[in-house]
Amino acid sequence: MNLKLQKIVPQLITVLAVVLVFGFFSYNAQVNMENRGIDFGYGFLSQESSFDVQFSLIEYDGSHSYFRAYLVGLLNTILVSVIGIIIATILGIIVGVARLSPNYLINKFAAFYVEFFRNIPLLLQIFFWYFAALRALPLPQDADAMFGVFFLTIKGLYVPAFVWENFNVFFYSTVAAIIAIVVIRVHAKKVQETQGKQLPVLWISLGLILIFPLLSFLIGGVNLSFEIPKLKQLAVTSYRYEGGLNLPPELIALTLSLALYTATFIAECVRAGIQGVGKGQKEAAASIGLNPNQVLKLVVMPQALRIIIPPTTNQYLNLTKNSSLAAAIAYPDLVLVFAGTALMQTGKAIEIVSITMLTYLSLSISISILMNWYNKKIAIKEK
Amino acid sequence: MSKINFLRPDIENLNTFLYLGSFLFFISVLDVFLNSFFNVNITGFLPTLLSFFIPLVIGFIGLHFIRIEHSGYKFLDSLNKNINTNSFNAVLSLLIIFVIIKATPPILSWFFVDASFAGDSKDVCSGSGACWTYIKVWLNRFMYGMYPNAEQWRINLSFVSLALLGSVGYFATEKFKKYLTLYYVVIYPFIAFLFIFFFISGGPVFFDFSYGIIAAVISIILGFFIPSRFKFYYFLIVPLTLYIVLKYFVFYEELIELGKLDGLNWVETGAWGGLSLTFIISFFCLIFCFPIGMAFALGRRSDLPLIRYISVGFIEFWRGVPLITVLFMSAVMFPMFLPEDFFIDKLVRAIIAISLFEAAYVAEVIRGGLQALPRGQYEAAKSLGMGYWKMHIFVILPQALKLVIPGIANTFLALVKDTPLIFVVGLLEIVGMLNLAKTNPEWLGFAMEGYVFAAIIFWIICYAMSKYSYNLEQKYKTER
Repeated sequence: MNLKLQKIVPQLITVLAVVLVFGFFSYNAQVNMENRGIDFGYGFLSQESSFDVQFSLIEYDGSHSYFRAYLVGLLNTILVSVIGIIIATILGIIVGVARLSPNYLINKFAAFYVEFFRNIPLLLQIFFWYFAALRALPLPQDADAMFGVFFLTIKGLYVPAFVWENFNVFFYSTVAAIIAIVVIRVHAKKVQETQGKQLPVLWISLGLILIFPLLSFLIGGVNLSFEIPKLKQLAVTSYRYEGGLNLPPELIALTLSLALYTATFIAECVRAGIQGVGKGQKEAAASIGLNPNQVLKLVVMPQALRIIIPPTTNQYLNLTKNSSLAAAIAYPDLVLVFAGTALMQTGKAIEIVSITMLTYLSLSISISILMNWYNKKIAIKEK
Repeated sequence: MSKINFLRPDIENLNTFLYLGSFLFFISVLDVFLNSFFNVNITGFLPTLLSFFIPLVIGFIGLHFIRIEHSGYKFLDSLNKNINTNSFNAVLSLLIIFVIIKATPPILSWFFVDASFAGDSKDVCSGSGACWTYIKVWLNRFMYGMYPNAEQWRINLSFVSLALLGSVGYFATEKFKKYLTLYYVVIYPFIAFLFIFFFISGGPVFFDFSYGIIAAVISIILGFFIPSRFKFYYFLIVPLTLYIVLKYFVFYEELIELGKLDGLNWVETGAWGGLSLTFIISFFCLIFCFPIGMAFALGRRSDLPLIRYISVGFIEFWRGVPLITVLFMSAVMFPMFLPEDFFIDKLVRAIIAISLFEAAYVAEVIRGGLQALPRGQYEAAKSLGMGYWKMHIFVILPQALKLVIPGIANTFLALVKDTPLIFVVGLLEIVGMLNLAKTNPEWLGFAMEGYVFAAIIFWIICYAMSKYSYNLEQKYKTER
């Protein structure tokens, strides 16, 4: 009896404390909002937003709703995160492998990179790239073309735009190629397990992914042309590029600093993962007659990935959350567009901050659920 | 002399290859060196593209010639082993050497040679180098923010005395060693708070905060005399009650008067800033996030389901949102949750927000340490008749914390690096001050110098912290 009481009482007190705190907060919130004449509700989401956003992936202007503005911000956040993750992963793997290189210079160079970039606050790096480094770029009329088509100017990077005809045919043929590759992989595995023969899966896959889209060009009526940005004079001293795609300097500064910063952490994960695979594993694999490629593919990588992937996903999450620093340099991400401009206009602090937080929260929690599932799947099954 | 095969250097013709190879390697390095330091291009007569690649090609051939195993020369062998194991490595090594040589002159000239140090106006900064005069003129602001110049001795005094008091641990004799934990966990933060409250703020700023701190310190000290089976209830009830009593039954005005030292002006937190604010915020958040994190780590490992769920919810919530939205919340949403006449200073709000945020990360790190301990430790402690708190304080936590020193150090590093984010609530520490100085019409165009300066400061702080944590880790490493 006493034991049971000992378990129940602390829980009751804790819950009571939590309820009291939340009750206190929500009571105050109610009183405050009544006094200031604000009413609580999410109805404003469908109202006209009447503010403009500089850079948007979907069609948007002031006549659209606040919900649309939210979507614009969310998509911009996702854009920065995805580009940042791709660059950070590539850079991180290169640096991580370089830190294990027997070459003294490469090793030290990689170590220098990691120690340098991870000990400087990310916000400072973003400011540095945006306010100091990218401001030193030439004006549009002075910019030199890289390879004749890219223009790096103070107003951002201008790249040629793809102009597709019958894009959906191309898209479906690529999807078909990927499905075919998956089918062939499954088949090849079955063949290997039953007959011990190895099919040249890599070559077949490469061929498929090339041939299917190529066929779509030849017989599907798909056509691809490039729209190269052209310099146009607006006034005596005012120039700008027309056509093509403009990546604004905010986007460049943000992705660059996010990628450079996060890559240092990913590099450390990669290094730890590769070091974590025992030397005996490689020697054992070599002694049963696997060639170096097979050793890497079948023995080292699966074990290293088991160590590398969980912390790396954590870094991806961090990158996504850090992309909210965009607000500091006015890149229109979720925080700036929604928790900044929209909040200023509507004054609905509780609703907007809660939506913003919930968005990030659901993003993180869904990824960590996925991660736990993956961890369970690849964990060594001990008997 | 045997036949020479230039594709396959061998030991028979060692001298030939050695002379030829080092000559070519030397030539290639010399070419890049002359090119970058003296702007002389000795291969300038060749087409541009060829002249660009020729040092690489010559150096590559040179390194290929001297790649001879077991040559008998110690230096050559170690060179081959370290930078010249195969062709691929040779190219990479050459590229790195060239990049270093190429990058040295511009960096040196920007930092030192062309830079201007003297003077105190913008006019001296006409060169192509850095304008350190800008830093010199603004240094005071970068360090102290808008804190009045005449009062800055208060910040200096506080920091110097706190640094001295903080180093007590090094001089403590064996006899006092066992009290060090108590000193660092309870007494030192309290002294630090008094310094910041009396000297830096000079009065009522930290007021609501100070109730909390006093309540916490008193209840922790009293907590040592409470029998361990009541400790849990004690800590659930007493600190909060004490806080409320202090807040509503001790007279506010009188305490304000008590808080003022004669002759010290009150400096509001809006004027604080610069590097000193970075230190203040990091210091307080560091102190608060640790116990909170520890409590939630224990809560997450608790047998009591409701406490476990609440802890999991707390940790996952704070870990799932970016710090900038947390600060947004503390700035615009939190005041709505408080009674109308109840005002909390924005610095205090920011400190609370950052502490709760980092506490969630600390909690996860400590949980990792708790999980890594073998079950035998728990069972052994229980079989000695220890209760929950005794078991954790004397057996479990000392071992678990030892295991997670690197993780905690990383969290603290992240905390220091996160402090610039307080620009969201309108406080300007060093990065914020830089952005302010950058927009000053008299000093336009020196953003680069400012950011480089701040980067150097942060780098030194963070690097020193990570090295220190590495030392701690080595010191407390115990064989298991």
